[in-house]
Amino acid sequence: MNKTRFSRGALFTALAAAILLWACGSNNAAPADDTAAATETETPAASGFAIEEVQVNSPLNAEWVAAGKSMYEMKCQSCHKLTDEKLVGPGWKDITKRRTPGWIVAMTTNPDEMLQKDPDAQKLLEECLVKMPNQNVSKEEAMQLLEFMRQNDGAK
Amino acid sequence: MKRFTSRLFLATAAAATLAGGLHSCKPKGGATSTASADAASKVYVAPGKYDEFYNVVSGGFNGQIGIYGIPSGRLLRIVPVFSVSTESGYGFSEETKPLLNTSHGEVPWDDLHHIALSQTNGEHDGRWAFANGNNTPRLARIDLSTFRTSEILEIPNSAGNHASPFITQNSEYIVAATRFSVPLDDQNGDVPINTYKDNFKGSISFVSINQQSGEMNIAFQIRTPGLNFDLSRAGKGKSHGWFFFSCYNSEKANTLLEVNASARDKDFVMAVNWKKAEEYVKAGRAKKQAVNYAHNVYDENTHTATSTMKKEVLVLDPTEFPDLLYMIPCPKSPHGTDTDPTGEYIVASGKLAATIPVFSFTKMQEAIANKSFEGNYDGIPVLKYDAVLHGEVQKPGLGPLHTEFDGRGNAYTSMFVSSEIVKWDIKTLKVLDRVPTYYSIGHLSVPGGPTTKPHGKYMVAYNKITKDRYLPTGPELTQSAQLYDISGEKMKLLLDFPTTGEPHYAEALPAALIKDKQRKIFKIEENTHPFAAKGEGQAKVERKGNQVHVWMTAIRSHLTPDNIEGIKVGDEVYFHVTNLEQDWDVPHGFAIKGANTAEILVMPGETQTLKWKAEKVGIFPFYCTDFCSALHQEMQGYLRVSPAGSSVALHFSTGTNKAAPADTSAVKP
Repeated sequence: MNKTRFSRGALFTALAAAILLWACGSNNAAPADDTAAATETETPAASGFAIEEVQVNSPLNAEWVAAGKSMYEMKCQSCHKLTDEKLVGPGWKDITKRRTPGWIVAMTTNPDEMLQKDPDAQKLLEECLVKMPNQNVSKEEAMQLLEFMRQNDGAK
Repeated sequence: MKRFTSRLFLATAAAATLAGGLHSCKPKGGATSTASADAASKVYVAPGKYDEFYNVVSGGFNGQIGIYGIPSGRLLRIVPVFSVSTESGYGFSEETKPLLNTSHGEVPWDDLHHIALSQTNGEHDGRWAFANGNNTPRLARIDLSTFRTSEILEIPNSAGNHASPFITQNSEYIVAATRFSVPLDDQNGDVPINTYKDNFKGSISFVSINQQSGEMNIAFQIRTPGLNFDLSRAGKGKSHGWFFFSCYNSEKANTLLEVNASARDKDFVMAVNWKKAEEYVKAGRAKKQAVNYAHNVYDENTHTATSTMKKEVLVLDPTEFPDLLYMIPCPKSPHGTDTDPTGEYIVASGKLAATIPVFSFTKMQEAIANKSFEGNYDGIPVLKYDAVLHGEVQKPGLGPLHTEFDGRGNAYTSMFVSSEIVKWDIKTLKVLDRVPTYYSIGHLSVPGGPTTKPHGKYMVAYNKITKDRYLPTGPELTQSAQLYDISGEKMKLLLDFPTTGEPHYAEALPAALIKDKQRKIFKIEENTHPFAAKGEGQAKVERKGNQVHVWMTAIRSHLTPDNIEGIKVGDEVYFHVTNLEQDWDVPHGFAIKGANTAEILVMPGETQTLKWKAEKVGIFPFYCTDFCSALHQEMQGYLRVSPAGSSVALHFSTGTNKAAPADTSAVKP
């Protein structure tokens, strides 16, 4: 017999995720852009978000690190610690070892689409249950944040 | 994000509208005309689709503006303007309180009658909406990228700011003309009321608009005889540079106006050559008068309004400038005075008249040149009626009030007494069509109607009486608006839709003009509020005497700090809440138990402050009121209030679990 069973925990997670998706519907259901109103919810792409490759600096750009730090304090610190402790979202310790630079920039600048399309991002949502908010971070600012993360992880 | 309730409500309302449309019940004993068979498809806006027009509707005695979609009639937003709003904290937050300041102190209500949308070259440009406060004379400016009140200006020497805020074709000026003539602000007002004829004066203010910031400024006032000004329109096209005001009570009665102000056969439409007035002011010929009025401006970077008292106004006395004002005799207490899209015709509606007189701007210019005067009224030349008359619309109906235009040579006049709209040809003055309204129409509005290029597709009637049009709700009923299709020869009723308050005038503009210019967030980097906490690291609590300031941050889904101790009875606690979100449609709310004011709603990137007085010992929970995430319910915290004189030290935290130092002293043995 090959019956699939849901554990209570899995059911709860699925339910919570469903509630979350519903509650955040106005963000999630592809709100209308410039041209016309969306007719219905977009079906998520089967896989993947087009993550751009990102070149990193060696050695670190000190100005970027400083700018990234103040950006972190203003827009990220509420939910992310610099240790490996999870607050609302995962702690940042070793994040640059777990994720590619491109993934970090994509997640920072475009969390809405990443949460719709990227399996790793979706997995994080299942763990954290709070959608990472779009904090209106530009590509340039994301690069500075990345620099700060790399410094936090010991890069020189 | 929307709340559950508002979503449910919208869904229910949509279903009800649809059901209502299908059911299409005939009012018992009412007029028989119902919507045409294809009406439903003409007003149906499918889920997720947008309306064609934003309709900016005055709220009358609710002091607010309602924003509706046309043709669906769906309510999109209520904008608090002259009335406080417990929902958003408008008028309660420390930042918005100054907007409602006046020379009489804070006035948290007004009667909002008319809307004027900003124009460029005689067309809507989608920058600002202006509105009048009728009771304590004021003007307001609403930014059409935020749909929030940006500015309120008090009008001195005025009482009952009714003929307001009509606008010139390049938004050079909006006007504010007094409905009640009164003794001027720098005179002793302690006079017998029956000395009206000697002591009461009228005032018309020309308020200039800064074309960049939109800021309003009283450029000058024109002192007038003690008339009552009712409504107004700017000239446009060929009549640009002129303004037309209807007046009643040329009898200068001060009691039982119903009879005593209707004695004369004709009152006036007063024509003002404002370009001339501008020249006289520029030449330094206006006199300064001492006044005291408030000018309140909201700053979107400090997220705070400031109120400034102003002390002086420039005044022109028309007896010194004989080419400034002209009186056009107009039958029977004229109400609306409206200029057609070409600017040639001025339509005045005598409320008690059996005809609608239409005046010609060209003829008026000739009459002025030829001095075709029949006399003067307090020194102001009165033009000969026949010399300026284009013609009269014969037997239009009863009780004509207001006229709008479709840009195809037709005029539409609302008839209060006979409860109908009459369509007539401006040139030939022939009545072409009439439709009933349910019931007793006041204002009517065509999108772009008062501009040089009306969008002659829809027309909305704002009715004064609702009676049996909707499910009854006790003695007080919803307001009755009706949408008509005016694209063809015959006017067709399409839709009833309920509105809030008591709408008077409304203007509508194409959605495409402003839809993509909407402000989605306030950038946290640009927040210069003195108590902003731009990041959780800046959250803190500080005491200054009996004032305690809390720099609080809000982000999905926690408030920082969320444990505050060391507050004492008698303290005034200022919760300065900064919303750290930078995503559209994620406001956070803040409410604390026992607040005898309101909640505050804080938009992304914004800081707003709720002042709260500690009056009792105990634990006071606070929480986010705007459903924000799956863990919204967890977005909560506690404030501990100790007795006055307690030694519990000020202490705040989030995510740690330490008690305040010296805690023991607060615990009674």
